[in-house]
Amino acid sequence: MKKKTIGSLAAAAAAVLALSACGGGSSAEAGKGEINYWLWDANQLPAYKQCAEDFTKANPDITVKVTQRGWDDYWGTLTNGFVAGTAPDVFTDHLGKYPEFIKNKQLLALDDAVAKDNVDTGAYNAGLADLWVGEDGKRYGLPKDWDTIALFYNTKLATDAGVSAAQMADLTWNPDDGGSYEKTIAHLTVDKNGVRGDEAGFDKNNVEVYGLGLTGSGSGQGQTEWSYLTGTTGWTHTDKNPWGKKFNYDDPKFQESIDWFAGLVEKGYMPKLETTVGASMADTFAAGKSVINANGSWMIGQYTGYKDVQVGIAPTPKGVSGKRASMYNGLADSIYAGTKKPEAAIKWVEYLGSTACQDVVASKAVVFPAITTSADKAVEAFKAKGVDVTAFSQQVDDGTTFLFPIADNAAKVDGIMKPAMDAVVSGKAPASSLTAANEQVNALFK
Amino acid sequence: MTTLTRNASPAEQVLPGTRRRRGRGDVKIALFFIAPAMIGFVLFYLVPTLRGIYLSFTEYSILGEPEWIGVANYQAIAKDPLFWNALGVTTQYVLINIVLQTALALGLALLMHRVAKSTIIRGALLLPYLMANVIAALLWFWLLDYQIGIVNFLIDSIGLPKIAFFGSAEWAIPTQALINTWRHMGYTALLIFAGLQSIPSHLYEVANLDGASPMQTFRKITLPLLRPVLALVLIVTIIGSFQVFDTVAVTTQGGPVNASRVLQFYIYQKAFTESDFGYGSALAVILFAILAIVAFIQMKFLKGNESDLD
Repeated sequence: MKKKTIGSLAAAAAAVLALSACGGGSSAEAGKGEINYWLWDANQLPAYKQCAEDFTKANPDITVKVTQRGWDDYWGTLTNGFVAGTAPDVFTDHLGKYPEFIKNKQLLALDDAVAKDNVDTGAYNAGLADLWVGEDGKRYGLPKDWDTIALFYNTKLATDAGVSAAQMADLTWNPDDGGSYEKTIAHLTVDKNGVRGDEAGFDKNNVEVYGLGLTGSGSGQGQTEWSYLTGTTGWTHTDKNPWGKKFNYDDPKFQESIDWFAGLVEKGYMPKLETTVGASMADTFAAGKSVINANGSWMIGQYTGYKDVQVGIAPTPKGVSGKRASMYNGLADSIYAGTKKPEAAIKWVEYLGSTACQDVVASKAVVFPAITTSADKAVEAFKAKGVDVTAFSQQVDDGTTFLFPIADNAAKVDGIMKPAMDAVVSGKAPASSLTAANEQVNALFK
Repeated sequence: MTTLTRNASPAEQVLPGTRRRRGRGDVKIALFFIAPAMIGFVLFYLVPTLRGIYLSFTEYSILGEPEWIGVANYQAIAKDPLFWNALGVTTQYVLINIVLQTALALGLALLMHRVAKSTIIRGALLLPYLMANVIAALLWFWLLDYQIGIVNFLIDSIGLPKIAFFGSAEWAIPTQALINTWRHMGYTALLIFAGLQSIPSHLYEVANLDGASPMQTFRKITLPLLRPVLALVLIVTIIGSFQVFDTVAVTTQGGPVNASRVLQFYIYQKAFTESDFGYGSALAVILFAILAIVAFIQMKFLKGNESDLD
């Protein structure tokens, strides 16, 4: 529809790239005026508005217009912006999305600026800065925050069942019998007659409270659903990460773990997949329908925000390796290749990636900033609010994290894996059916 | 329509000499009035349609340049199990939606015609239609939610097992077909009601004198004379029904597994989520062809363009 626009856009992008490659000597316009910045998390909006104000105080000739859009609209609007040439100068970027943006030349490489302005990428938590280096060896983002997985649990329901915080912090798991994790989940499950999941006469078809909540099948990543378990078996999503070319959903180790996971539904310990369409897992947790919810650190505010619900946070169970595991995902700020104000945009991105802004974000206690010292401040800020978040941060401290799988064709992989994984978790197909899906996925990379 | 033309002619009879000139003037004025619609049609229908047909022969991720690949997209679609699944799912939706909607709308129209003369009641029937599709879908998504929906609360309280209206493969499509039936039947009823009013009342009087039962009157007079209107209603609703999208997009998004992956949603998924515009366009062209064939068959067999009333 917009063929001409794309042409001129490509020209503009090329011009900008050439411009930044020359380094310096650009017109005054490129470093002045208003730039647009987008993010999707409404919880973080106040922190970044604060950062924008502080930034303008330090750079009076640049103002930043911060716009928040919900996750569902965010990526579509951004793509439209790329096509029409109206994308924001700077935007919050996701590891699952940025490979396609690089491929389509929509991102500005930051290497020259980072070198010129001596940005210390060593200040960020180990590994975060490397996530944003493309296959071409160029940097396309500066890290802003990170997240890990832990177990939120309803302390009242756990105490009623005689499960202590110490027990919750010391769970073990294996795909054969589920370890103490499955035993605890079974014990926390209660049917309509008040019989627990590990007691005789338990009616699995009339469950009142589920031991473990379910948010969805997890598609190909299982970030909050099952990756904290499969990650302890030595299994990895792809042959290498980042930029894997082959997925491993056909690995028997993986399929064994998923069979165990889907089996929880069959045993009545976890809700059926069909019941999760609609109300969110967190809301049903608040309504007392499930006791343990594995979820990401970005949900801390949500889980601890419910009135009259006492929430504990436990680390994920120790698995087959004897260690815990958590997917480690990081967001970054990227610059749109078509920006008309590349110099101002670079200044803003460097400010977002600096201690000055990340300390502000930390003080609001919503996420963990990427800079190590700022993340420590966030832990303190959470503590001041009465929330102990060490279950999330200890995964990083102990080095038990693994990176979010970064690969091309993310949307197409999702298009194949979502229905395939739905079928397995809903009990319509065994995990061995994922071998066929894996072949389809790998065919995308040929 | 014919009466309108006849009414216009006396002026011409008075001044026969001016006929040709007036005719040409009419064309200019007509073009002037048609222009806004024409511009809209060309810009927003004709050009995108032609471009869509062109794109269906290309490989095109919206951010690059389209690359001509011939009929490869169509060959791939023929072997794509998700396409055939989408076709089946869409047909299931259309069948449930159209049968129920037409039957209920016909019943409502008859009631409006014979019983409910109150404008308020007639207006109230239209209320669901005044609601945006997305709002109606979200409203029912809430009401029918498995965990916190009031409908399942009621089902549960009378001791029946709860139903995953959107989450289960068996219910996902029927649920959405029913929601859209609810939303559209008032409007469809209004169209049929207009058709009922155009049936001359003397026919009913005659039938009454001849001692015809209400059922006979309905079958021998109402239905046959309603045929052109019903044909129009069916064509419009079936075409609309085949294009179901918003309800799916805001509720099940194709799931569970592939149970509600209707054609339009699959097109959207391919084109906008997976950035495969060529493939998406080819799917859209196929849907276009299906709808054209369906409309043609209906026009032919329902004889929607002629009436028995002359």
